[in-house]
Amino acid sequence: MNATIESSAIIESFKMRAEAVSAQVQQVANKELAIELIVRLLHQEGVSDKPHCGAVWALSPMIGDAEKAKLQGAVPGLTFAVTRELAADAKVGISQMDWALANTGTLVQTADEVDKRLVSTLPLLHIAIVSTAALLPDLPAVLTRVDPRKSAYLSFITGPSRTADIERVLTIGVHGPERLIIVMVDELEVSA
Amino acid sequence: MTKEFKQSILDALANPNLSGALGNFSVAYRAGRAKAYEGIDFEALRTQIADVKGSAASHLDELAEQFARAAEAQGTKVFRTSDPNAVKDYILRLAQERGVKSIVKSKSMATEEIHLNKHLEKAGIDVQETDLGEWIIQLAGQTPSHMVMPAIHMTKEEVTEVFNDKVEEGQKPDIPKLVKFARGKLRSKFLAADMGISGANIAVAETGSIVIVTNEGNARLVTTLPRIHVAVVGLEKLIERFQDIAPILTALPKSATAQLLTSYVSIISGPVPNTDGTPKELHIILMDNRRNEMAHDPQFKQALQCIRCASCLNVCPVFRLVGGHVFGKVYTGGIGTILTAWFGALKESEDIQSLCIQCGNCKDVCPGKIDIPDLILELRRRLAVEQGQPKIQKAIFSVVNNRRLFHTMMRAASIGQIPFAKDGFIRHLPMFLSNLTENRSLPAIAEVPFRDRIKKIKQPKCAEKAAFYGGCLVDFAYPEMGEAVVNVLNKAGIEVIFPEGQTCCGAPARYSGAYEVAAQNGADNIKALLAEDVKYVVSACPTCTVALKQDFIANLEAVGRTDELPDARRLSEKVVDFSTLASQLLDQGRLKFKPRIEPTKFTYHDSCHFKRTLHADQTPRKLMKQAGYELVEMDECDMCCGMGGSYTLKMPEISAPILERKLVNIEKTGVPLVLIDCPGCVMQIGGGLDKRGSKVKVEHTVQRLAECLE
Repeated sequence: MNATIESSAIIESFKMRAEAVSAQVQQVANKELAIELIVRLLHQEGVSDKPHCGAVWALSPMIGDAEKAKLQGAVPGLTFAVTRELAADAKVGISQMDWALANTGTLVQTADEVDKRLVSTLPLLHIAIVSTAALLPDLPAVLTRVDPRKSAYLSFITGPSRTADIERVLTIGVHGPERLIIVMVDELEVSA
Repeated sequence: MTKEFKQSILDALANPNLSGALGNFSVAYRAGRAKAYEGIDFEALRTQIADVKGSAASHLDELAEQFARAAEAQGTKVFRTSDPNAVKDYILRLAQERGVKSIVKSKSMATEEIHLNKHLEKAGIDVQETDLGEWIIQLAGQTPSHMVMPAIHMTKEEVTEVFNDKVEEGQKPDIPKLVKFARGKLRSKFLAADMGISGANIAVAETGSIVIVTNEGNARLVTTLPRIHVAVVGLEKLIERFQDIAPILTALPKSATAQLLTSYVSIISGPVPNTDGTPKELHIILMDNRRNEMAHDPQFKQALQCIRCASCLNVCPVFRLVGGHVFGKVYTGGIGTILTAWFGALKESEDIQSLCIQCGNCKDVCPGKIDIPDLILELRRRLAVEQGQPKIQKAIFSVVNNRRLFHTMMRAASIGQIPFAKDGFIRHLPMFLSNLTENRSLPAIAEVPFRDRIKKIKQPKCAEKAAFYGGCLVDFAYPEMGEAVVNVLNKAGIEVIFPEGQTCCGAPARYSGAYEVAAQNGADNIKALLAEDVKYVVSACPTCTVALKQDFIANLEAVGRTDELPDARRLSEKVVDFSTLASQLLDQGRLKFKPRIEPTKFTYHDSCHFKRTLHADQTPRKLMKQAGYELVEMDECDMCCGMGGSYTLKMPEISAPILERKLVNIEKTGVPLVLIDCPGCVMQIGGGLDKRGSKVKVEHTVQRLAECLE
């Protein structure tokens, strides 16, 4: 009982913090619903096989061969074979994150594989998938869980790319995405 | 002060964009920072950071060694050097050997410090800054005016002009469109670059990791797209343990931009694959450039605790008026003054150190717990030692220290018997009683100083005695404040004596870097104030109180007069400011308030030393509320009034607008009374209001309190 209350408080905190930095958060029950939601989002965004309309998905354990085929069938223009050229041209990038931090609304990912960074940096929209069970309270909690000797590139993402360099006016979307949609999945194995 | 420097100040003050942008920012920052730190114990956090960084500063060489071993074990190439030129040569040689034609950079103060771009560009390599602010100033051919927001001094119109001139015609002053334009232009540079250069915010010795913090995402691209990544890291970025990243990363965004966390943080601990599958070439350059020397300097070692958040700039009343360029080309503001003296030369800081008004705002917010104002004083002291004390200064101190002669001179001056000449003797007085100001009226110098007036006060004989330390302002300009102190203490059954041998508190000498003079002032006062056995030594001036309580000890220590320290400490224990003593006496039931019928509204101005050194700011507020007064807080109640001792004389152009802002904030409250615990602030603010023809009354707390007691 207490554990449930605590976990719902931590989820609420994460959502509030993430939304405060202009991310959108959607929570779904399982992988199937997450995939359905993402397909719907990609259609809404007008992803297709036309130039500059693609989507790039950095592979993660949640996507097996079956899901891959299904997704590519449903969304023409979606690719899992990420290259810098495709990522630079794509509208949407999708990747799975390893942890989320409740007190700052942050996503954390071991990102040694370059695809993971390409899809979350180059397109204008980044869809980030994270397991609800991977929610941690704060920064110190995640630092005890990673071994930098094994993960040479650790990425922290808190909201979309932003700047206030001209007259201190907050402007979203400079070099990275201008939108970040976080898909929280309740029944999803924690990847790391 | 050089003519060019003075001119740069005047130019900055005349630039409305600058003061407008920075003035608004300082207000927004203050509120934003407070919100970001909500629910966090800032003192505990900064103590943790100071411990982590302070301990690292004690072991810089070992940590650098450990870092290099750990990073190399992961396949990173580490280059360690103390010489900035070696850094530039290393990067240029690497670029040439690898056929690098274009470089993208994310923001790095270390590379600004060594002017890396120029070196690479001279060799024909295209170097592109990618942080939006850095890109703008690179295009404009300028230097950063702020460590975190390098182009904060420019308006959108100026940015548009730079883009139109240097990149592509047709841009309009619309900020989102300008940002989109920059995104597009820089994207192709990112994709084409052969090498990425970054700095680092933290370097972890045990794991060989670097931590890079950005909001724009440019560092992610700089470290991801080009096949070579070079990070230039100042040794002060080293910390020992991976877990110690947490406190620094918790404080840095909150202090820098009032964010809980920046959009992006990358922790890189070794080479990772490139987009073509080849391993990335990762070079980390650990640069000393006098940081080790700093670590071995007992005073300046603490400056290595800086995490480069620039909060010392954001809260500085001087910075928000003049901006960064007045400070120099690389590091600006409070910490910048110190870094410039070290990474450049002591001499380079000669002019800029004089910008500091010693209000202590920066010390209060520094997440590295650095006593920036004190280090600036230490620079001043070393400059004075290096250059010797000017003759005129010596002559002045001899007058200041002779109280009777000093009073006679000031009195003669105030009634017009000594003509003032701008470049004459009086201009150099390290005093604030001269007539030379256009922005405020001055108090008349009392015909009879307090030291003579007290002899005429009939005091009851009491068992308990307090020695009153007047200080020049109460003694010569506001003897009525001294009389009020005697009145209140007598009511509590304390007899007040005024030891004749007391002299200047030494603050003018100390703040000019003349520590020998200041130490002698201290010694003379210690002797005078300890001559009779008193329970308290009380003062109504916070600067004097701080001198008696703390600076006498520090000054004697600084000049090696250690034999006199026990007496200095004995005095220190007896010293108390008036409001704190009054509050104690009230608590003990030795003072009682008269019943009050009509509540009077007042506002309270926090004097710098009173709040930030003595931490007594709540006491007078509480006293006056107990007396039945109603407090209406003004905006920025604890912002300096621009007095700063002799600052009004040395920097009248800066002092005047600081005062102006204070007066506006006071008038906005609409109350008829300002209470203050410092006679210097009373003089500054009282004179300012008088000149404006304002009806608001200014008093020292003691004057009003005396009226409220039975």
